[in-house]
Amino acid sequence: MSTALLGLDGVSKSYGAVAALRDVRLELRAGEAHALVGENGAGKSTLVKILAGVHQPDTGVLTFDGKPLVLGNPADARAAGIAVIYQEPTLFPDLTVAENIFMGRQPRRSLGRIDHAAVRARTRDLFDRLGVALDPDRPARGLSIADQQLVEIAKALSFDARVLVMDEPTAALSGVEVERLFGVARSLRDSGAAVLFISHRFDEIFALCQTITVLRDGQWVSTDAAADLTVDRVVRRMVGREVSSLFPKQDTKVRDVRLDVRGLSLAGWFQDVSFTVRGGEIVALAGLVGAGRSEVVRAIFGIDRYDAGEVHVDGRRLRAGDTDAAIAAGLALVPEDRRQQGLVMELSVERNQTLPRRWKLSTAGLLTGKAERAAARTWSERLQVKTSSLRAPVSTLSGGNQQKVVLAKWLATEPGVLIVDEPTRGIDVGTKAEVHRLLSALAADGVAVLMVSSELPEVLGMADRVLVMHEGRLTADIPRASADEESVMQAATGVGR
Amino acid sequence: MAERIRRAAGSWDFLVLVALVLVVVIGAVSIEGVASPRFWRFVILEAIPIAVIALPLTLLIITGEIDLSVASVLGLSCTVMGKLWASGVHSLPVLVLVCLALGVLCGAVNGLFVTRFGLPSLAVTIGTLALYRGLAYVTLGDKAIADYPTSWTDGAVAPIPGLTIPWMIIVVAVLAILFAVVLHATPVGRGLYAIGNNDEASRFAGVAVGKTKFWLFVATGAMSALAGIFWTLRFASARADNGNGLELAVIAAVLLGGVSIFGGRGGLLGVVGAVVLLGVLRNALQLADVPANALTIVTGSLLIASVVGPNAVAIARARLRRRRPTTSIPTTP
Repeated sequence: MSTALLGLDGVSKSYGAVAALRDVRLELRAGEAHALVGENGAGKSTLVKILAGVHQPDTGVLTFDGKPLVLGNPADARAAGIAVIYQEPTLFPDLTVAENIFMGRQPRRSLGRIDHAAVRARTRDLFDRLGVALDPDRPARGLSIADQQLVEIAKALSFDARVLVMDEPTAALSGVEVERLFGVARSLRDSGAAVLFISHRFDEIFALCQTITVLRDGQWVSTDAAADLTVDRVVRRMVGREVSSLFPKQDTKVRDVRLDVRGLSLAGWFQDVSFTVRGGEIVALAGLVGAGRSEVVRAIFGIDRYDAGEVHVDGRRLRAGDTDAAIAAGLALVPEDRRQQGLVMELSVERNQTLPRRWKLSTAGLLTGKAERAAARTWSERLQVKTSSLRAPVSTLSGGNQQKVVLAKWLATEPGVLIVDEPTRGIDVGTKAEVHRLLSALAADGVAVLMVSSELPEVLGMADRVLVMHEGRLTADIPRASADEESVMQAATGVGR
Repeated sequence: MAERIRRAAGSWDFLVLVALVLVVVIGAVSIEGVASPRFWRFVILEAIPIAVIALPLTLLIITGEIDLSVASVLGLSCTVMGKLWASGVHSLPVLVLVCLALGVLCGAVNGLFVTRFGLPSLAVTIGTLALYRGLAYVTLGDKAIADYPTSWTDGAVAPIPGLTIPWMIIVVAVLAILFAVVLHATPVGRGLYAIGNNDEASRFAGVAVGKTKFWLFVATGAMSALAGIFWTLRFASARADNGNGLELAVIAAVLLGGVSIFGGRGGLLGVVGAVVLLGVLRNALQLADVPANALTIVTGSLLIASVVGPNAVAIARARLRRRRPTTSIPTTP
């Protein structure tokens, strides 16, 4: 076996108190495609950002050709010959393809003028090497994601990248486009480049890669030759973790159907999604990031419109795209992005908490502040929100307390159906347990809870039933008794289907 | 600390009122005529159309949008009123209703482009600023229609019996109270501040963002058209260039009144105070024979100061916020 072209050893990285990577090692060899797999949150993206020079590791060393390598910024990474291709390329839409490839490094003529002819000619050379039929003079706007990625690869070639990192490049591609991308990746690999390939699709991983490294919870688990592994073994290594009993789901009496979603479709995002949630039930919606889960709950709540299908709450059909009507019908959504969607960060705890109920709290159309103050105090106390004052901007609260404000805001509307999207993302363990206890208590009171979560332990600990989405479709509906990490991950990655 | 800064920002209204009192006192002491009833009558007559437009515009700017076409709507309203008068429509209620409908239409066009097609209001209303002014010239050319009955023209500027203050100030005061109540003490007003700070989070809380903004554009158009009627009668003249450039005076007053150009912050007390403050300042300096050029410099400097002032507070606040460590971890696909 050849020696490593790019090596990482003992790399750790923390964000605040959260360790994203712990003592991770990785060796990329010339002429080899190496797959990096792991659950959501396993640390893959952090690793990519370290290789791209975006983040610097707290500890550990990088070596390139046996020599130590320090990547202080993305320019260092590029100078070292590391090219990163992201899931969603960031081209300048109004520049031509050729201009994008040579952005900032344009060949010059006298007086510093850009040599457009050379830019075009060199772009054409790159495309010939890649076997790509793209017009160098066309603007980047309107290129498919696949073509944009090819442009990014051409850019990587243009500065003789020896390491190509591809972060879920195929997530948005169709079968033919994947084939073309793989053709290019294979020819790069065979010409001596090292490829790091990150994907959730096992068929692709086994088709392209010779080596597979598994990360779990920010830690290195294993590195093996692909030939020695099976999909099942990789999945087991990805999820192989104790399901903690931290999640106090109470047994509840299951009542009538409160949320009934029938054949919901939105072109490009999700197709034919049907399910029900009964009062007293906690139903988890699991799947990989990008599977369309958040899009489905946004559509149910009326934030986005949908092309086809129906949503019924307590037997009444909701009008598409009408959030106000959804709230009136007893629906509540604790959204995925707390800072951007859940809260108006500049406004006070009080104003945030009473926003959805401001009409109900008014007397003859007037709000004097008294009713709002009383309502906000009641719910802040009930959820034990820690804040210096109800008038303090919600931005001054900790993440966990902010999430409690969002929950308080929606619980105050006394919803019949509560949808929570990643309810415990980025909050501390203590608050997490409180949130879980709260969801459980709500279900016991007859509320129908739909919980989108990317955290498998949370899903398995809390849910009465697990719905799994894969690429915009529901692929499984697993009752609590038979739900385990493998069955959920298999449905989420589309294995065996 | 954050609480203290917050309170300081909340008292911008108070600062404006203090500045107003200072300007009045210094003016009355040092410039002959500033203490006279005639001076105040003039200040108020000048302030009325500015205040009428500033009321809805304040609400609109708080949602993070802007309307630069207000003075052009005023001009168009003037010419349409003049044209109708000249062609024999001699009923004031009919004229008012037609101009009002025109203002609603102009505002609806602005609102439609912004909320339906998602265009930035700055660009849309620069366009309609030119468009509506152009239509005003199409309506009346460079003619002036000036033969209104004196009962109308005198009536518009008549004083409250026994005083020299124009009676119109009562109408404006009622309107101001109405807008202030809507902004500060109704669910609608709560929604406006939410939209101005974060319209995505507002949508997730069930606030009808598009609908709200649309109706604010309509209200701004309608009030601008009403201001046009007053303008025509006060000067007894309907001309296409009526109120040319008035949008600057209105926006200057709104911003000096403490409303953030980025939306989400400000209140009506400060705006009303700023309308009067700017009026007093302009007229007092005029009385002191300060040349018109210097007047423009004063207004311009105040406008800049009013944008910098509240923003300095906002920047300080943002700094404080940034210093707090966040606990969020980046998500891994």
